[in-house]
Amino acid sequence: MSVYLLRRLIQAVGVVLAMSLIVFIGVFAIGDPVEILISPDADQMERERAIKALGLDLPLWQQYAIFLGKALQGDLGRSFVFNEPALTLILQRMPATLELAFAATFGAILIGLPLGLYAGLRPNSVGSKAIMAGSILGFSLPTFWVGLMLIMVFAVQLGWLPSTGRGETVTILGMRWSFLTADGISHLIMPALNLALFKISLVIRLTRAGVRETMLMDYVKFARAKGLSPFRVTFVHVFKNILIPVVTVTGLEFGSTIAFSVVTESIFAWPGMGKLIIDSINVLDRPVIVAYLMIVVLMFITINLIVDLTYSVLDPRVRLEGK
Amino acid sequence: MSAPTLEVRNLCTHFFTRAGVVKAVDDVSFTVDRGKVLGLVGESGSGKTVTGFSIMGLVDAPGRIVSGSILFQGKDLATLSEEEMRHLRGNRIAMIFQDPMMTLNPVLRIDTQMIETVLAHEKVSEDEARQRSRDALGMVGIPSPDERLKSYPHQFSGGMRQRVAIAIALLHRPELIVADEPTTALDVTIQGQILAEVQKLCATTGTAMIWITHDLSVVAGLADDIAVMYAGKVVEYGDVGEVLDKPLHPYTHGLIGSVPSRNKRGEPLRQIPGMTPSLLNLPEGCAFRARCPRAQADCVQRPELREWLPARLARCHHPHREEAAAA
Amino acid sequence: MSAVVGTPPVAPAKDPAKDKVETPFQRFVSEFAESKLALFGLAVFTVIALVAILAPWISPQNPYDLAVLDIMDGRLEPGSRNGDDTMTFWLGTDDQGRDMLSGIMYGLRISLTVGAGSAFIACMVGASLGLLAAYAGGKTDSAIMRVVDLQLSFPSILVALMILAFLGKSITNVVIAIVVVEWAYYARTVRGTALVERRREYIEAAECLALPKRRILFGHLLPNCLPPLIVIGTMQVARAIALEATLSFLGLGVPITEPSLGLLIANGYEYMLSGKYWISFYPGIALLVTIVSINLVGDQLRDVLNPRLKK
Repeated sequence: MSVYLLRRLIQAVGVVLAMSLIVFIGVFAIGDPVEILISPDADQMERERAIKALGLDLPLWQQYAIFLGKALQGDLGRSFVFNEPALTLILQRMPATLELAFAATFGAILIGLPLGLYAGLRPNSVGSKAIMAGSILGFSLPTFWVGLMLIMVFAVQLGWLPSTGRGETVTILGMRWSFLTADGISHLIMPALNLALFKISLVIRLTRAGVRETMLMDYVKFARAKGLSPFRVTFVHVFKNILIPVVTVTGLEFGSTIAFSVVTESIFAWPGMGKLIIDSINVLDRPVIVAYLMIVVLMFITINLIVDLTYSVLDPRVRLEGK
Repeated sequence: MSAPTLEVRNLCTHFFTRAGVVKAVDDVSFTVDRGKVLGLVGESGSGKTVTGFSIMGLVDAPGRIVSGSILFQGKDLATLSEEEMRHLRGNRIAMIFQDPMMTLNPVLRIDTQMIETVLAHEKVSEDEARQRSRDALGMVGIPSPDERLKSYPHQFSGGMRQRVAIAIALLHRPELIVADEPTTALDVTIQGQILAEVQKLCATTGTAMIWITHDLSVVAGLADDIAVMYAGKVVEYGDVGEVLDKPLHPYTHGLIGSVPSRNKRGEPLRQIPGMTPSLLNLPEGCAFRARCPRAQADCVQRPELREWLPARLARCHHPHREEAAAA
Repeated sequence: MSAVVGTPPVAPAKDPAKDKVETPFQRFVSEFAESKLALFGLAVFTVIALVAILAPWISPQNPYDLAVLDIMDGRLEPGSRNGDDTMTFWLGTDDQGRDMLSGIMYGLRISLTVGAGSAFIACMVGASLGLLAAYAGGKTDSAIMRVVDLQLSFPSILVALMILAFLGKSITNVVIAIVVVEWAYYARTVRGTALVERRREYIEAAECLALPKRRILFGHLLPNCLPPLIVIGTMQVARAIALEATLSFLGLGVPITEPSLGLLIANGYEYMLSGKYWISFYPGIALLVTIVSINLVGDQLRDVLNPRLKK
């Protein structure tokens, strides 16, 4: 197990390094670093001083080494707009994004699993066909448009839910959370649902495919031949088998949920890091962009690692391989 | 003499597919007495597995039992509700499946899969259920059952898994076991061991057994009676020794002829010409007539299962009657 | 010994119905037509494509010509007449008095061009690299596939944002971003198929004839990898359109002067809260219908062309 863990860790570090190189090249070689890292308002004297100070006169590989060294110390530059360390800015907004992504993920499983289970157990019923048609729509519809429709229906027409912001928050561990107040939850519902839409469809499809595949397995028939109750056959024998792919994929999707929250946050004015990155791209606040990209990549790789480990705990066949 | 453990009468199980009705089991009758083994023989697709599932009440849509009765100790299983049937399954009627690699749930431990079977039918404590599971494993010859209980299926070899499946089938000491080719996927040596153990168990516990197989040599050594199935129908039925020595039906004749054996070495193996017919929209009349060397004009009439010799039944207009009677 | 019970070596009888000469293309067409839904999707998409192509001739108004716009006609409800009472705005007007129907027709033009164009470039790049990986094997293969795996492990929106962050926002960069996002799918698909195909005899035969490598790759190997490529291509056009719309909606895509559907939707966003839904709603419907119709066609193509699903 530990060998496996070590191998995965080394791989993860490799990917982080590769990504840092890509981001570095993207910012320093493709874009004009002077324009990127020095405020456009600076005069000629300041520019030259800054170029020297930033080491932009050094060869590229040395610059990369410096960039990496600073990045390791958590220094990813200062925002031009906010004049604050970029990393601090990102980290301040991260809880809001994480809250949204978690809510979306749980929502997707909570809604998608039962629907997929139903569609898999009764593949020919009208309800299942409606569910599957809905899931095709969930895949096809652009997230942002669904978000607008949600606002139009639930905020403008019906007036049930607020359309923007996080609402009332409670501060725990120095971070603000919406899900602990009724007002916060009412603000959370629409963005979370919007972000979850794609994942609900995904979970439905995975669950349905898994159920249909598993139901045909000899071991399910054998479980029935043992005289087990239909409940136990479905929720122990079938469910535990489909849980593995569903958990794996939803877990892997968590990273993309965070990435896609960019869209949802923009629509619902959710003050997370996704909204920050769009604003930053629009005003070319590139240190923030770099910081965002590095943080998201890091989160991604961590998530993949965690999912892999969870997977090996859930599936005894995989667990053995690592030993 | 008491009632037989199982009496299947004119069983018909059909599958209603979009392409048409598949008569997988069509008018099948046989009897299994206490402590006896019935060999149900046929090629793949002849309906023997569906017969087994029909007895278990495990025929899934689009298939269903259309007519006939399955009398288990005098009670007709075909009329029972799903819930009543469930209480018999795994309890008084057990089934062993063909592929041991597929019958155990890969993500559940052996103890989970055994204990749940005990608890499904009896209100006992979990400790007692575990005790029973351990005893059952010991009975089928699995060493250090305590340790083995905590393993997952993939940690077992194929033969060991089949032993576990048999142990699960034996947990409630059933009156009837339906064994669907349980040794086909195993090595010959392991096959022999398992056959011997099953035979011993049947004899000591009085369990009746239906042994589904395509392998005549297994039936020859294990079964008391034999029912040969072809295209969803029983074409020959009788005592195993007599049927194998002096088959009545041309199909049984052909089957025996195509088994390689020592005393026929040097001779070319006989084969049955043609292929198994599709069960979809099967024409009236004898299903074997297109491949039958003895076929005549009247074979387009549907033959009935008829007692040609004492306790020897065949579904044929022109059986090998003279040879069988003469011998 | 081949004396397995009941499976003698007899050739399967020919089904007389299948003996009618049917070209592969005819069979493909009839199999595709089995799904009414897919035919419907194809019909809808054809109409959409025609509307997009013919927009300059059939649209009621040229939405880019500021001279014909009257700010007094701004934000009119669907079905309103303009100030001079010369035309009806069937789908209303936006804040600048632009006819939404015309705007949508022109927007479709841009969305489809960008979507199909970038999907096509991505297909060229991806298919070439995938073929190369499969044919060259070894280090080339593992290098290309490493990049593919790495990229596919990141969501499309993140990769697109990264590209736009590096290059700045412009329509060209949106195309580049979509190509970078999508090429990996093509590469993986083509490589997978090509790996199977390259072991076939006809490739060996071509190699024995010492045909030039380029000819073997593109003349022999590529045509045989086409079916999965077509399936993936259809789906990726829909994805490209959706991605372009999303990026434009976020304000990172096409310029405001020639809005695509995504930008039209974004423009109407602020008015939606005050109940003027049509500025966003109708472009959204157009986008939706486009994407769904392409996906319907793609779904059926996958079923027809995927040999694994065929019985």
